[in-house]
Amino acid sequence: MAEKKSLFKEFSKGIVIENPVLRLVLGTCPTLATTTSVQSALGMGLAASIVLVCSNIVISALRKVIPSKVRIPAYIVVIASFVTVVQMLVKAFTPELDEQLGVYLPLIVVNCIILGRAEAFAGKNPVLASAVDGLGMGVGFTAALFLMSSVREILGAGSFYGISIPLLSNNPMLIFILPPGGFFVFGLLMAVVNRLAESRGKPRAELRGCEACPMNGTCKLHNEGTIAPPQETKGEVSAS
Amino acid sequence: MTKGLVAILLTAILTQNFVLSKFLGICPFLGVSKKLNTAVGMSAAVIFVMALSTAVTYPINLLLESKDLAYLQTIVFILVIAALVQLVEIILKKYIPALYSALGIYLPLITTNCAVLGVVILNVQNEYGFWESMFNSVGAGLGFMLAMVMFAGVRERMESCEVPKFMRGLPITLVAASLVSVSFLGFTGIVEHIFG
Repeated sequence: MAEKKSLFKEFSKGIVIENPVLRLVLGTCPTLATTTSVQSALGMGLAASIVLVCSNIVISALRKVIPSKVRIPAYIVVIASFVTVVQMLVKAFTPELDEQLGVYLPLIVVNCIILGRAEAFAGKNPVLASAVDGLGMGVGFTAALFLMSSVREILGAGSFYGISIPLLSNNPMLIFILPPGGFFVFGLLMAVVNRLAESRGKPRAELRGCEACPMNGTCKLHNEGTIAPPQETKGEVSAS
Repeated sequence: MTKGLVAILLTAILTQNFVLSKFLGICPFLGVSKKLNTAVGMSAAVIFVMALSTAVTYPINLLLESKDLAYLQTIVFILVIAALVQLVEIILKKYIPALYSALGIYLPLITTNCAVLGVVILNVQNEYGFWESMFNSVGAGLGFMLAMVMFAGVRERMESCEVPKFMRGLPITLVAASLVSVSFLGFTGIVEHIFG
């Protein structure tokens, strides 16, 4: 029973408390780029979730075989293989989704959520827990994309999942599906989420910069303190 | 020919700006843009790596396509870029220490930067030739630098502003990015008008 409960905890933490987009601020590029319509957002969320679950399983199964010095390149190869598989499946079965996602489909490789989970969780935990963790994070990612794309599509195109909404579709506010609308909606969404988190006594979501970065351990910017951690932003830049 | 190349360069810098209209490289855009000199250093490193990886992946892609292995592009490109960045770091450290001290610290960050892989994949998708690819990459890098430098300026001014409590931090940064992005919407169609 106890084990079941902890598995459920691994699953649910990705959806709300540690939502990858809204709480950990990871994967911002696909979040902003593919939320112009609900359809492409769900496609992106689903594709990334499949890659996340599969790569978590494989990386966790191989965690004792991969030497820690070359773990990042090894993770990248595993992730890139699954991205290629997903890419071919999408191209074969839903060509219109492939067109909508365009370059962002192969770019799932460098989505920081996936490499971040591999580094933070799958490389240290057993297979089942990693699979559940990947599933939870994937659902959280998809949910955040769905939320943002609903706002953008309803306001910017006057439709929802391609079905036009009467009254709204006469004069849609086009700016919401243009790039500035993406930044704007994401900013407001972050403000709302921060407000909710604060009222429950949780810390505000901040751009973690280095902590979230998979290169954290090896990166010299972090080690030399050139990029200061978020709290102490006054550190001198020693790069010059 | 030259006209086409300049058009590609300008499109990549202004109308199809990588950060502000394609949303590639958002992490460094939001994370490293707090100080002007870090922003410049990071973008210089990005331009350098983008140009270099395009030059290296172009012949590799020709080889892949001739052997009917185009589906391996994603895996091969990300590995080549990762290896290339490591190699460049080692070479710079050994032979050009001055350049290394300026750019070296930003290099590891760039391996997993979606802008670099993005430009390489876009070059392939658009079926650009060698020089077109190079101009597109350099243009994308310059556009990245322009956005970073502009945004660093905006953020420095924002430090001294009285922001409502719930908007402080990331939300106001994103809204500011939205406004900077609006300014780039003004360039829509400019390249088509100049070059017909």
